Amino acid sequence: MGKRLNLENTIRGILLLFSTAALVILAIIVVFLFKEGLMLFQHTSVTDFLFGHKWIPAENIYGAFPFIVSTILVTLGALLISVPLGISCAVFLVEISPRWARELVRPAIELLAGIPSIIYGVFALIIVVDVLRVPFNLATGETILAASIILAIMILPIIISISQDSIDSVPRIYREGSYAMGATDWQTISKVVVPSARRGIIAGVILGCGRAIGETMAVVLVIGNVEKLPLSLLDSGETLTSAILLEMGEAVIGSLHYNALFCLGIIPFLIVLVLSMLSSRLITKRVSRFE
Amino acid sequence: MSKIIWLRILFLLCVIALFSGCVEDNKEEGLVIAGSTTVQPIVVKAVEVYGKNNPDLRIGVQGGGSGTGIRMVGKGSVDIGASSRELSTEEHLKNPGLVTHSIAIDCLIITLHPTNPIEDLSTQQITDIFAGKITNFKEVGGPDRRIVLVIREDGSGTRSTFENMVMNNTEVSDTALQKPANGAIRFTIAGNENTIGYLGIGYIDDTVKAISINGIPPSKENIRKGEYLLSRELYLVTDGEPTGETKKFIEFILSDEGQILVEEEGFISMR
Repeated sequence: MGKRLNLENTIRGILLLFSTAALVILAIIVVFLFKEGLMLFQHTSVTDFLFGHKWIPAENIYGAFPFIVSTILVTLGALLISVPLGISCAVFLVEISPRWARELVRPAIELLAGIPSIIYGVFALIIVVDVLRVPFNLATGETILAASIILAIMILPIIISISQDSIDSVPRIYREGSYAMGATDWQTISKVVVPSARRGIIAGVILGCGRAIGETMAVVLVIGNVEKLPLSLLDSGETLTSAILLEMGEAVIGSLHYNALFCLGIIPFLIVLVLSMLSSRLITKRVSRFE
Repeated sequence: MSKIIWLRILFLLCVIALFSGCVEDNKEEGLVIAGSTTVQPIVVKAVEVYGKNNPDLRIGVQGGGSGTGIRMVGKGSVDIGASSRELSTEEHLKNPGLVTHSIAIDCLIITLHPTNPIEDLSTQQITDIFAGKITNFKEVGGPDRRIVLVIREDGSGTRSTFENMVMNNTEVSDTALQKPANGAIRFTIAGNENTIGYLGIGYIDDTVKAISINGIPPSKENIRKGEYLLSRELYLVTDGEPTGETKKFIEFILSDEGQILVEEEGFISMR
């Protein structure tokens, strides 16, 4: 009897250890990120860092404003493309599509989610960049729009699968009630089903948004990496994460440049933190409502 | 009670597991080389040949850029760092023991898309193009194409070499596309007829076009004599005077055999 109890306790202990490991790692990363990053502010003021237009490491001038604007533009562009596509795809799969189509599309979407981001990047570099150049009469196709397009494709699976789950979990009686009132298919979808599932859909969009902000590899290949403030989706830009990726290899450890790059990392970290807190709140609320 | 003991043991094991990796760098018999992507082809080739003669020695080669190479050799996480520039003052202060060994002469070549008819540019024209004062190839006798600059990222050894030699304190235009490696620059230039950029001579192939500067073509002779504008030395960096396997490997690259490999990779030998 005592032996069995010991075993129970051992296993419990191991599991506890594993679960705290994730916390400890997170804590170490956060401490490290902020410790290295915040050192920049002994030299540069927060305002200069957030709103400065020039990024010249050789002269210790660190203004991240162009990177911040690029990141926001890229993410908005990606959402603009992927949200309508993703939601309509989810609605179609749950409400309209015949069974065989659903069974064909679902694994395809899962596969899409499993492709490494560097593959998306190379695809975008070879195809999207070239395709954009001619119709828009651009000198180079390496633009924010190219990055938005590839990010949109990358976050589609997230938006589709989470929206799909939440549309799926709208109780059947809602739909039946709507039909019983004489509503058409479209009226039922647009007035009853989608509004009831909106929390889940928004959560999916937010998660996708977080992914888009953090994505680095695919973006760095196609965005051009230009440190100038972008004014439209057809300009080249440089996101926060691509700046880190590009320059970290060459920054001398412990130098101001190194600290500035960590500081760039704090911005997407905070944004993604807020976004994921928002989305997990939305998701838990939805679950409790239907229980 | 027993629960607490178990937890303690587990905690202890965990701590041991965590720190056992930190006690020492379990360096096996082998060499690790990291750094400049410009120097990398020479190192890879040398390792390939050297490894055939020394089958027991394991040699790892990584890229990362000059800064990374110098930083890692300073920290002791690699045996040899590769650099396409001299050490900066900051790096010298941080690791005064670092020793540089010149192993080859490289040259930055101004590169255009193969369909661009321009054959020659003057230093002044190059400066103006990269500063963003000249924005169309027709201003320097070329076709009517908007110029797209392709440069290396901030902190790159290749970039600082270029800017020191050509830009004399003029800033490079902020509309330039930045690429993290020579290969990426070549790929971009080969894929877009509007581009101009610079490449290490080892990366020139027939997908891009090398041009002459001030009428002097980038031939090996001109580069060795220092007549072509953009020649520079390439370095391997060690922490202190090299010993053992590190020393033997550097001696190999500097030997006749090694310098032939340097030439084979498209660089200029030290002789």
